[in-house]
This record gives sequence, C-alpha cells and structure tokens, in this order.
Amino acid sequence: MTTQTLKRPKASRTGTSPRSQGNRKQARRTTLIGWTFILPNFLGFLAFTLIPVFAAFALAFMEWNSFSTPEWIGLRNFQEMFGSETFWIALMNTVGYTIGHVPLTLGLALLLAMLLNRKLKGIGFFRVAIFFPYITSLVAVAVVWNMLFNPTTGPINQLLEAIGIANPPGWTSSSDWAMPAVIITSVWRDMGYYMILFLAGLQAIPNELYEAAEVDGANAWQRFWNVTVPGLRPTTFFVLVMLTVSSFKVFDLIVVMTDGGPGRSTTVLSQLIYQEGITEGNFGYSSAISLVLFLIVLTVTVVQFKLQQRKER
Amino acid sequence: MTNVTEDLKTEASLAPALPLERQGSGRRRSRSRKEITSRRVNLLCYGLLAVLVAGLMVPFIWMVSSSLKLNNQVFTVPIQWIPEEFIWSNYTEIWSRIPMMGYIQNTLYLAVIITFLQVLTGSLAAYGFSKVRFPGRDALFLGYIATIAVPWQAYMVPQYIMMQNLGLTNTFWSLILLQAFGAFGVFLMRQYYMTIPDELCEAARIDGLSEYGIWARVILPLSKPALASLALLTFVNTWNDYMGPFIYLTSNRLWTVQLGLRSFVGQFDAEYAMIMTGSVISVIPILIIFLLGQRYFIQGIATSGMKG
Repeated sequence: MTTQTLKRPKASRTGTSPRSQGNRKQARRTTLIGWTFILPNFLGFLAFTLIPVFAAFALAFMEWNSFSTPEWIGLRNFQEMFGSETFWIALMNTVGYTIGHVPLTLGLALLLAMLLNRKLKGIGFFRVAIFFPYITSLVAVAVVWNMLFNPTTGPINQLLEAIGIANPPGWTSSSDWAMPAVIITSVWRDMGYYMILFLAGLQAIPNELYEAAEVDGANAWQRFWNVTVPGLRPTTFFVLVMLTVSSFKVFDLIVVMTDGGPGRSTTVLSQLIYQEGITEGNFGYSSAISLVLFLIVLTVTVVQFKLQQRKER
Repeated sequence: MTNVTEDLKTEASLAPALPLERQGSGRRRSRSRKEITSRRVNLLCYGLLAVLVAGLMVPFIWMVSSSLKLNNQVFTVPIQWIPEEFIWSNYTEIWSRIPMMGYIQNTLYLAVIITFLQVLTGSLAAYGFSKVRFPGRDALFLGYIATIAVPWQAYMVPQYIMMQNLGLTNTFWSLILLQAFGAFGVFLMRQYYMTIPDELCEAARIDGLSEYGIWARVILPLSKPALASLALLTFVNTWNDYMGPFIYLTSNRLWTVQLGLRSFVGQFDAEYAMIMTGSVISVIPILIIFLLGQRYFIQGIATSGMKG
C-alpha cells in the first residue's frame, strides 16, 4: 500500500524554504507514512481487539444466544445475574482468591528481591531459578501440584503428618481447602515474575542514598524503612495494581487445577463468563458478567491510583 | 550470567556511581568490623537463598523423579526422591501413547508464526508511534494502552462469535489472528524506541534514508535486545497458552502440547508416571529457550512490566 511514499528524500528537512503549502504537503506525507507503519498491526488490533471490546459492552444489554437474533433487553441480564446464586459465589471466590493471592505474592516477591539484590557470586542462578516457575507450562504446573496435594499419599500431606499434624487438609478434594491449594500454587508460580519487577525497582534507587543514610547512623531497619520503602513506592504501586487486576482475571489455573470444584468452591467470575458465553452460548448474559468484571477491575485500579496520589502528597 | 543486574539498569546515568563505590569498599582496611559483618550477611543470604530455591524447585524435582518411576512407585510413603530403578522407557513409550509429536509440531507452528507477526507488526507500529509525528498519534496509542487494561475475558465472547462467523474456529487462523496483533508488542517495543535518541533518526534522514530505511537499518539493529525480549515472551506465552487453544481448537489433530497433556491427564487418571513424563517433555523446550535467553526475559519484564 502507498508505495509512492516510499521514495521520500530528505527534501524540506534542510528547512530553507518554509513555504506553507509545501509544509502542509509535507505534513500530509508524514501522516501517511506514520499510518503505513501502524496499519499492519492496527488492522488486526482493530478487528480482533478494539471492535470486540466495544461489542462486549453492547452485548451485555442484549438477549442473544447461538440460535436467536439479538434483541435489546436493557438491564434484564443484570437483574438475572444479581439474582443468581452462582454469580455471587463466583464473585466471592474471586475476591477470596485475590485477598489470598495479592499480599502473599507481593510480600514474598519483595522479600526475594531484597535477598537477590546484592552482588554475590552465582546470584544470577538464584534469580533464574526463582523466575522459572512463571514460564513453566501451566498444565504441567497444575498437574504436578495436584499430585503434590494428593490428600492421602501426596508429599505435602506426608510432610505435614511427619511434623505432627494428625489431620492434614484434603486440599483440592475438600471444598474448604481447594482455594488455598490454588492460591499456594499461584503464589509459587507468580512470585518470580513480580520479584523481577521489584528487583528493577531496587536497582533504580541510587546507592548514594544508602551511603548517606549510613553516614547519618541509620541502622539496617531504618535504611529499609526510610530509603528502600519510599524508593520502591512507584514499583510497589505498579505491582499492586498488576497483581490485583491479574487476580480478578484468574482463569486457566483454576480451570486446569480444580475446574471450579469441588462443588462450586473454586468457581470464579471468568470461568462463569466462559461457561455461559462459549459453552452455553448465552452471549448476552455472559457479556453482562464480563462488564461487571471489567467494572470491578477498573474500580480497583482507580481506587489504587487515588490512594497512591494521596500518599505522594 | 552473573550480571543480570546490569541489564536491568535502564538509567545509564547510574552506572558511573557504581564502580566508584565498589572500588572504595574493596580498598578498606582488611578485616574491619564492617567487612566481617557484611561477609556474615552474605553467608546468611546464601543460606537463605539455597533453602528457598531448593524449596521452590521441589515440584520440578518431584516431577522429574516421578517421570522415571513405575506408576505404583510415584506415591510411596515415605517419598522416594531417587527412583530405585530408572524407568527410561516412560520417555520412549509416551510417543506411542499420545500423538505427542503432532502436538509439538502444532505448538511450534503456532508459536513461530505468532511470534514472527507480533515482532514484525509490533516493531513497525512502535516506530510509527515513537519516531513519526502526525496528528492523532498519541490518542491512538492511548487506545492501545487502554485495551491492555481491559480484561481479556471481557471481550472473549465477541471474539469467539466473530471467529465463528468467519468460519475460523477450529483452525490455527483463529489463534494467529487473535494473538499476532497484540497491543502488548507495540507497547513493549515503543518503550524501547523511546530510549533511542531522535537525533539518530534525524541524522539518517539527512543522509537520505527513507523512514522505512531508518526503521530497517538504524532502529532494528539497535533494538535487538528489545526484539529478543518480545520474541521470547511471545514465544513462551504462545507455547504455554492453554485457554486460547482450549476455546478454539476442538479437533485432536490441531491440539497443542498443553491440550494434549491435559486430555492425557483426564483419560489416564492413574498413570502418574506417564503424566509426569509428558509434563517434563512439555517443559523441556521452554527450559532450553529460557536458558538461552534468560537475560532478555528479565529485561523485557523489567522494562515493560506487563504480562503478554
């Protein structure tokens, strides 16, 4: 497309003749060139991301399944949703997962980053090892952890029994312990990723600050509290937002590990969206749930932004 | 290997401060109290890290060890970390039990095409967004960023309807089209291009290079680390993707490694050893790629901070 623009020489860049007409022509040409760069990606992005995003919002107010024609029904999907017990269970499970997953991952990632942020021989090995679970295939992770969590013969309960816990939890086969099992697995998997973000944040803190604090007689704890914590604030904020958003979207780990069970004890919102929309073909209803998920994620992000701004003041 | 840290530093301005500091601490009177404590702290750190990493690696160790056992030896009390007898035949048998080779080929095919398109269109668009000035550019880019924040689940259903109407469900096309034009690639590449001084492009323009020439001959060679980061992240994400193939690929012939493994687990519930063998095989390609490019992974994540 627009191959004629390819041969654009340096021309007016020398800037000696600023005729307004030439400039306008030049500007149009630049615009055209800019678009040719963006277009290959933009077309795909428009068709397969942007349009679906807008469609999802419209669909939420429609009655539409695989067989019928779409019909505008206003808020009826939402009424149905708020009256559905499964929706509330899924919402509470999603919140529960987030409450378990976010602080644990954040705390451990920060701790690991602090430990790994020093010049030690072989530190690279430790970093790589801690990061590796994050890129391991999810199915393998889920399968291995499911076996580790095996209530009767699994290594985890064997260990618990060995240290004197008589009735170790039933993990993925118990409706009370399935969610903690999923959370443990996901923390194990994700902390290496956030550890890297913290590590990048730690390394952006100038060393002089620590030296100055030391000269002023600050002990390790004071240095941590007065230099590291403020220095890491932007990173912590970013990690917190990313973690919360990703927790609300949790999906594949649960599908592969527990498939929402036992009972509905680990069913989460995104799973409901999948079941209603793709398995059952209730496009409208499923989009209404999506919209709720989106609004929650948006609210959480905005609230976190506001809190962050207040802290900075 | 030891200096992953160095790559993390985006601010080159910090660099001069570091060597000075290091030199200073080295020249201090030997055996000062401070040095002894710092050595103790280091030792303590090693200890802590060793314990932590060992703990984190347990699932992997258990996976590999179980893959070399007989089924009835996987869950023994107490746990046997080293099998009595190594059942290497698990690794030959699995290929005939499930069409593992086909799964690997499918996954590889998808991952290579998606990565190629993502890197190509992403770097082109990033150039447009960072080095060519035109009206509406920044608003458009904002649109890209905004969609990164929208949970994928929110528009998963319209995407699916679209693919169904195009008749592309149960083909590789659906996954390629959905994953190759991600906003993420554009974002990551643009982040990097912003650090390349505009003066370089300016100079190339004066030398008579077209914008396409600048992209191909100045920017691309300079952005190798970012290209590598994006390529690796995309490849690994595609290789490990479960939900995409799960939704779109229904026939066994098209399945990826993840789907194949998952169905193997469902069908042969009690074949613990064999399931672990499959898991190990599904992880090996990622391990290799990761070891080859780990510094780029870390760099890509540290600079973009985004999940693909």
